[in-house]
Amino acid sequence: MLKYSAKRLLQSIITLFIIITIVFSLMRLMPVEGYFQNFEKMDDAQIQAALKSMGLLDPLWVQLKNFFIQLFHGSLGKSLIYRPNVPVMDIIADKAPISIIMGLVSMAISLLLGIPLGTAMARSKSKFWDKFGTAFIVFITAVPAAVYYLLIQLYFTEWFNIPILFSLSDPKSWILPTLSLALPNTALYAMWLRRYMVDELNKDYIKLARAKGVSNKDIMKNHVFRNAFVPLIQYLPSSLLYTIMGSIYIESLYSIPGMGGLLVNVIQRQDNNMVQALVLIFSAIGIIGLLLGDILMNLMDPRISFENKGGAR
Amino acid sequence: MALGRKKISKVEENIDNIIKNIPEEELFGFADFDEKAAERAGYSNYSYWRSTFTVFLKNKTAVFLLILIGVILIFTFIQPLLPGQRSPTEIFNDANGVQIRNMAPNSEFWFGTNSIGQDLWSRVWSGTRTSLFIGFSVALSEAVIGILMGVLWGYVRKLDRLFTEIYNILDNIPQTVVLILFSYIMRPSVSTLIIAMCLTGWLNMARFIRNLVIIIRDRDYNLASRCLGTPTMRIIFRNLLPYLVSVIMLRMSLSIPMAIGNEVFLTYIGLGLPPSIPSLGNLINEGRILMTSEALRYQLFFPAIALSIVTISFYIIGNAFADASDPKNHV
Repeated sequence: MLKYSAKRLLQSIITLFIIITIVFSLMRLMPVEGYFQNFEKMDDAQIQAALKSMGLLDPLWVQLKNFFIQLFHGSLGKSLIYRPNVPVMDIIADKAPISIIMGLVSMAISLLLGIPLGTAMARSKSKFWDKFGTAFIVFITAVPAAVYYLLIQLYFTEWFNIPILFSLSDPKSWILPTLSLALPNTALYAMWLRRYMVDELNKDYIKLARAKGVSNKDIMKNHVFRNAFVPLIQYLPSSLLYTIMGSIYIESLYSIPGMGGLLVNVIQRQDNNMVQALVLIFSAIGIIGLLLGDILMNLMDPRISFENKGGAR
Repeated sequence: MALGRKKISKVEENIDNIIKNIPEEELFGFADFDEKAAERAGYSNYSYWRSTFTVFLKNKTAVFLLILIGVILIFTFIQPLLPGQRSPTEIFNDANGVQIRNMAPNSEFWFGTNSIGQDLWSRVWSGTRTSLFIGFSVALSEAVIGILMGVLWGYVRKLDRLFTEIYNILDNIPQTVVLILFSYIMRPSVSTLIIAMCLTGWLNMARFIRNLVIIIRDRDYNLASRCLGTPTMRIIFRNLLPYLVSVIMLRMSLSIPMAIGNEVFLTYIGLGLPPSIPSLGNLINEGRILMTSEALRYQLFFPAIALSIVTISFYIIGNAFADASDPKNHV
């Protein structure tokens, strides 16, 4: 277990280093406009001088080395256009808490909705709930999120008289963003929980329990659900990624002052340093999510061993 | 029970009648060896593809959607050739030379016009064409790269360790991030979008192919082929790939809606195609800006409906085909 976790951690760190290197190098290919607020008004000499002072004319590996040194001191450089000369970390520190809270709330909601839905689907095989759930899952997974996010914002704000934009102080304006953010994950959990529960229901020990006269409710609660719930943990990382991707949409739709909305904003303004920092943060979150998911999986289900994966053949 | 007995006695009667007409020598003599009859006994009528199609055709929804997608696909190509169709990028002016802005759907402009006076009907079809083109190209290139890498990874033992490590690292990178990064760096155009999406998409295909290749590469018939000196290429193309066709088709049909969705996402965050190339992504984005005014919502609905029909159809067809190609579901 420890050995596996250590190996997995090492792998994640290597991945992170590779990503940082790639992102940083690719960002150097960007046109230099992205480093200046008033590019049109500057002449060539000024541009060259400014580039030199920012260290952008050094060879790539020197820049990369400096970037890593900076990173170990907890700095991701300074914003250039979005809020000139403010350290990126400060801007993000303002925005991160709200994104994190919103993401966690929506993930909790998706569990609260997805588990009952999946259970109901497994219990009513090919009756109403199963059909309803399947239609829901097909719609949510097949149709791009933009479409239903937009429709939810459009109609639910009208029907329930909820303000169309987000404000921190108004608890009513939290409902729609978190609910929409939870939808893809709800579909994910419901789909897999149903599949695992149906698999479990077809096993022999369930037949034995039935023959013994155990009530249907007890079978569901004590046998089927318990066994079917554990494998759901492996979808935690992908649900985290869905949440990140969703938050990019949702935060800019409802103008929530979070990191996802910030990314859209700085992409449109072409602030290279900010884009670089946010891309790195999002990939770091994704990698940590995958790492946690794998380790949790290993902890919860001792039958699964990753240790001799490579050499098994 | 009584009925059963009646039937049995009827059958017995029939058999008696038949036997009566056959001469005794033929009934009790030795039968000659009949090659055709012997072959028929060892021959099974089962054909993989025929069974797959029979099972697929039983799924009425999927068949209907397949026909629908076929019709849409053909129509996106013939629509610009039909008489009376307008160009998707032309701006229309009324008699006074003023742009026909935001005109609600009517007999002249079937889907209305957008905020600068372009015909939404032809824009939606042109957008569907662009989006389907992106979807198909991404699916096709993912399949080519994925199959190539997957077969190498699975078939060549020496590469397995290395490829697995590389896969573990690449797979850790969130795909959304790669997508955003590459579209940010490259200028937005149809080909750069396709490249950005292919960069990540082939990984899944390669893993699926690798796992299947490992399962079947050492089956007895492949061992026999190798012992007989069949060239590796021939083994791969004749012995391995036919088994993988169903998986490949499934992955491809699912990556088409995914690619179309990614295009919408990239357009939304401002990295998509310019408005001069209509796509479902930027049509929806144009509609989004106007959606707060109730009279203009049709500009969001038409592209959104087209998008939903296309993506749901591919998703359902893909899943139905996956079920149908699984021999467990064959009769």
